[in-house]
Amino acid sequence: MSFLSRFLGRESESDSAAVAKQRLQLVLAQDRLNISPDTLNLLKDEMIAVISHHIEIDQANVQVSMTRTSQGSCLVANIPVIRVRVPEAPERIKRTRTPRAHTRA
Amino acid sequence: MAGRIITLTSGKGGVGKTTVTANLGVALARCAQRVVCVDADIGLRNLDVVMGLENRIVYDLVDVVEGRARLRQALIKDKRLPELHLLPAAQTREKSAVTEKQMIKLCEDLRKDFDFVLIDSPAGIEHGFKNAVAPADEIVIVVTPEVSAVRDADRVIGLVDANEKTPPRLIINRLRPAMVRRGEMLDTADVLEVLAIELLGIVPEDETIIIATNKGQPVALESNTVAGAAFMRIARRILGENVPFHNFDDSGGLLDRLTNLLRKR
Repeated sequence: MSFLSRFLGRESESDSAAVAKQRLQLVLAQDRLNISPDTLNLLKDEMIAVISHHIEIDQANVQVSMTRTSQGSCLVANIPVIRVRVPEAPERIKRTRTPRAHTRA
Repeated sequence: MAGRIITLTSGKGGVGKTTVTANLGVALARCAQRVVCVDADIGLRNLDVVMGLENRIVYDLVDVVEGRARLRQALIKDKRLPELHLLPAAQTREKSAVTEKQMIKLCEDLRKDFDFVLIDSPAGIEHGFKNAVAPADEIVIVVTPEVSAVRDADRVIGLVDANEKTPPRLIINRLRPAMVRRGEMLDTADVLEVLAIELLGIVPEDETIIIATNKGQPVALESNTVAGAAFMRIARRILGENVPFHNFDDSGGLLDRLTNLLRKR
């Protein structure tokens, strides 16, 4: 496609509308939550950490945003899943529970 | 029956609130509605020049509020459209010259005589904005398809929601269909998705608006321009008619359509 488009001089350098939309979504998430970019990034990192315990995710493409719905503001996290980690997680929970039960007894 | 009070606001300045207010006033008057446009931008009055009525001002909004003039004396009747009126702002005063309570009283008086009271809000979210929003039954947010304007619109939507007003509606102003096709401008769908708000209308960028403002003759006086026709459609939607949204993509030339086709692949 690019050959003819470039020839016609109509091919844009970048899809700047998509960039604008992405920047807007991020800045509005901060505005609506009234939190700093640092806090939002921390929230994102912690969510990634928790979810990664159970599910293998595409960490580079996680998106966190705030949207407005008729019911009010809504925190939306878009987390691409690679695969679910099957057996490990439940076992670890069991193991940590047993000793605690001992100490109480 | 009492008229509807509609405030046009945006947060950001320069997106075309005044132009939209003037043209919606004209368009509604052309639909046989009795309309008064109120300039709430005290100290920076401009609605008068956009409507071409600047030479006929005797009294202004602050004169009425402070009792120096009666409401009827301050109203300017547009000779082109007998249904259309203007209540100009004071030019030499500050926003603090009027309170929210006084604005509400003023607009309640106006709605007895008019079908529509259109309030042109000043930019910002301070005193002048609050004055303009306080009397409103309905809020119309004006936005241009730019990051800064959409961000400010979002802020204003939040403030209006907090005021427990009915959900505001959106006018997207200065849309450039050719740029949207090239992926160089936020599309209507993008703006609506981000703001989660009902669309009232789209006004495409149109050079005739600048020419019209130069002359003080709002484009909506005639329907033969793209923008003028857009304002007439918005007026009919305000009146409850179900007017489909115009697809400005059709206007692309052959070259545009060809490159667009290539982009999609």
